Amino acid sequence: METPIALLSIRGLTLRYGGVTALNSLDLDVARAGVAGLIGPNGAGKTSLLNVITGVAGPHDGTIIFAGESIKREATHHIARRGIARTYQHIRLFANLSIWENVSSGVFAHPRRFTHADASAAIERVGMSERDLSRRAGTLPYGEQRRLEIARALAMQPTLLLLDEPAAGMNPQETADLAALIDNIAADGTSVLLIEHDMTLVRSVCRHVTVLNFGAVIARGDCEDVMADPTVIEAYLGAHRER
Amino acid sequence: MSLLGFLAAHSKLFDQIGIDALLALSLSLSLRAGQLALAQAAFMGIAAYVGSIGSLVAHWNLAESLIAGPLAAALVAALLALPIGRLQGVFLAIATVAFGEIARIVEINLPITGGAEGLSNIPNDAGTFLIYAMLLACAGGVWALQAGSRSFALAMAATREDEHAARTIGIDVARVRILTLVLGAAIAGIAGVLYAHANFFITPEDFGFTRMEQILVSCVIGGVTSSLGAIFGSAFLTVLPETIRFLHQYREVSIGVILLAVILFAPSGIAGLWKRR
Repeated sequence: METPIALLSIRGLTLRYGGVTALNSLDLDVARAGVAGLIGPNGAGKTSLLNVITGVAGPHDGTIIFAGESIKREATHHIARRGIARTYQHIRLFANLSIWENVSSGVFAHPRRFTHADASAAIERVGMSERDLSRRAGTLPYGEQRRLEIARALAMQPTLLLLDEPAAGMNPQETADLAALIDNIAADGTSVLLIEHDMTLVRSVCRHVTVLNFGAVIARGDCEDVMADPTVIEAYLGAHRER
Repeated sequence: MSLLGFLAAHSKLFDQIGIDALLALSLSLSLRAGQLALAQAAFMGIAAYVGSIGSLVAHWNLAESLIAGPLAAALVAALLALPIGRLQGVFLAIATVAFGEIARIVEINLPITGGAEGLSNIPNDAGTFLIYAMLLACAGGVWALQAGSRSFALAMAATREDEHAARTIGIDVARVRILTLVLGAAIAGIAGVLYAHANFFITPEDFGFTRMEQILVSCVIGGVTSSLGAIFGSAFLTVLPETIRFLHQYREVSIGVILLAVILFAPSGIAGLWKRR
């Protein structure tokens, strides 16, 4: 059987901040459909990887191929226009702009074909169509700010959506709703790379998981197998394996 | 006194209000994109000198000066954008203030600019009507740019809110910054040429940090994210010293008190007051 070509293919990616190696010769593939999980303890390099993919940080070595083309040296706004959208670990909405203005900013990813209907569809998809759309984004409750950030990313009609700890600070019901939303996004053909600490969410939406520690991949594979991997347990809990 | 008589008696004051409003409009463009670029006085000076030298040496008419001066200011702004393109906040402010000082010192030392004594005998052909026509044209141009391209207004607002997030949604932040700086420089340039042609003579001190400070205060009082607010702020700041002459030496203090009050109690300035309604 032929192996499907990955939407995003990263090889030998290395990123250093001064003397600290944030990413160490990292390899990662994200398939053209579905939800890929990326987990690891704090400081493992997960957000650094998203920063490199989106052009916010420049890698020292390695290749990043998206949809068959290298995006390694591209400017952040060009990468966004190629179809990569992201959310942030710490919410970065345009707090003083309205809900509508935040989502309408999808126009910058597709200046020629973006319409009001696209913005409305993104708002509806995250379940915020009942909201007063002129309300300032910064005044929304925390969970809704998280959802609005996803709506802003969806309005860009991305091919690849990078979610950086989207369930952080959410209650169990909100997390369950988020899982349904992520499933729905993936079902529509958008690839999702999910960084998350909430393993319930990871288990419910990801079949394939990659585990990072100290900037390198320590395990990858089927979600349940990876969770049971002693190396992963050691990385998370700091426990020493019996040899 | 008839309205025309009143206008004639206070024509210099009205001219100054119009020119200050142009300058505030110019700075408000950068501020709306979140850029504290404080070089408007320098751009004004560059255009004023280019236009005035053209008038005195090459016998340009006012229309030619009004084209060449702002073009020169816009060109300098485009060049300035290269080294300051990555600076933000206080660093951008310091760099642009330093540029203003460099421009002032160059103007003092160049023989063609008349040194510290400046240039005199500039044709006095910029009247109140022309000044307000130019103000209307510039304000209308800025409005039309925003109305015609809603995405440009949104790009400025998003850049002001969070440059990093703006980039990751596809905004070319560097382009927004250069565009607002260059457009602002051209408007400040128009103000500079009109100032020179309404006041007979110019000196480098007319375009120093004190002028820049005045422009910034106008924008803060008017509202930093509103072009119309900036225009009202500059009108308020120009008229205020004339209406409180009875306070004698305390006049200057009153402006500081008003500025503090605006920052503390109405941070959105005059524009914020009508938006609240």
